[in-house]
Amino acid sequence: MATTVTFSREIANLLHAAGGEPVSSCMQCGTCSGTCPVSDFMDVRPQRLIRMIDAGLKDQVMATRSFWYCASCYQCTVRCPRGIDIAELMYGLKRYTIWKKQYPEDLIGPAFSETFVKNIVRTGRSYEPVLATSYFFTLGLKEMLQEAQGATMLMLKGRLPVLPARIKRLENFKRMIKRIIPIGDE
Amino acid sequence: MKKFAYYPGCSLEKMAQSYHLSAVETARMLGVELKELDDWNCCGATAYFHVDELLAHTLCARNLAMAEAEGMDLVAPCSGCYKNMHACNAHLKKDRDLAEHVNFALEEDNLHFAGKIKVRHLIEVFAEDLAAVKAKATNPLTGLKVAPYYGCQILRPRKFEHENVEEPQYFEDLLGALGATPVDFRLKLRCCGAALIITNREAALSMVRNLLQNAVDSGADVIATACPLCQVNLECYQDQVNAQFGTNFSVPVFYFTQLMGLAMGIPTKQLGVGTEFVAPPPAMLAACRKTAVV
Repeated sequence: MATTVTFSREIANLLHAAGGEPVSSCMQCGTCSGTCPVSDFMDVRPQRLIRMIDAGLKDQVMATRSFWYCASCYQCTVRCPRGIDIAELMYGLKRYTIWKKQYPEDLIGPAFSETFVKNIVRTGRSYEPVLATSYFFTLGLKEMLQEAQGATMLMLKGRLPVLPARIKRLENFKRMIKRIIPIGDE
Repeated sequence: MKKFAYYPGCSLEKMAQSYHLSAVETARMLGVELKELDDWNCCGATAYFHVDELLAHTLCARNLAMAEAEGMDLVAPCSGCYKNMHACNAHLKKDRDLAEHVNFALEEDNLHFAGKIKVRHLIEVFAEDLAAVKAKATNPLTGLKVAPYYGCQILRPRKFEHENVEEPQYFEDLLGALGATPVDFRLKLRCCGAALIITNREAALSMVRNLLQNAVDSGADVIATACPLCQVNLECYQDQVNAQFGTNFSVPVFYFTQLMGLAMGIPTKQLGVGTEFVAPPPAMLAACRKTAVV
């Protein structure tokens, strides 16, 4: 007989290495929401989000922006009295929405992450000017000007790279990536 | 002599070159050899973990395996790189199945992860020998009030190693060894917003503002950081914070290695002083002038 894979199981499956205790062990104490430096900006705070995952409210969870606003500071993780690795759980949710290509369109996080990854696969190193293209045009005019001003300042101080760096054994590196997921030859 | 495989990370190549320069100079002064890991690759930052966990660990493991081949512990100055590599090392040591997967990929670059080395943050390496730091601090930073900004990933999420990740003191002790005065910086472990500065600017600017305000309230002349992302967020976005909140912040933000180098009398140019947006405060300038004479 086929087994139904619950939503919380699907998310847990994306946390192979990180692990931690399952969301079902949450006792709703709210330490995570209270300690999170970004929770004021979240549409659904971590405590509630965990309960929603446990209850299998998949569509509602997928529609939230909260986990894309997690800054990975791990304060919730180290303080959770039940040992749930909440920051890694947020990573799991991010992966889930990227794999499903299902996230609110105005989010910058997913496009930024994908640009970053493509960039590293090509050269082995990160390169800031390419990353900027993933978000620059999402900014308002005022922010664009501020951003351009900041970039000019960095350039004048000699803090912006002109050319992208690349590793020496790049071919090996690309084949290495291909052994994990099929994006190495892009 | 202590010898480490040094993993600078992408930010230190340009954006945070002053961190790289001052790290290398300070280490030399202390007799710590930082041998740059040949052909290191990006640790994946947070972005790789947003996409695929196995791939992210493979990227980190390539660096770990290269350091292993050289028989040295790996040292990272960037808190993001440090956390990724430290966590990868711990996961792979614990999970043989994961290590097997990763090693299958590493074969393509003739590498193998066996879990034989440790991953350290640069500040830990320097802070564990305060006597040596004190002995070299011939140009003490007397009267300079410094906010020790630990940030997040330098400590978290390591709670399972029975460490004090809530009330660390080694940054303060290190600053004290330089003759500086560490201030009581309550938000020293609070997040700077990290990549949210790109992906959710409203949130990040508010987080930066809280940190700057707390640093000013605690009487600091300067904030010391141990991470390039913290440095950029706290320093380079002050104008945007001021525009957003009608504040008037002008808080200098330097790497702890720059302060160490100054206290050791290393000429400012070799420490990358001069590439910052906000000029050094008077108490620091006095020390800068002395290095020019030495």
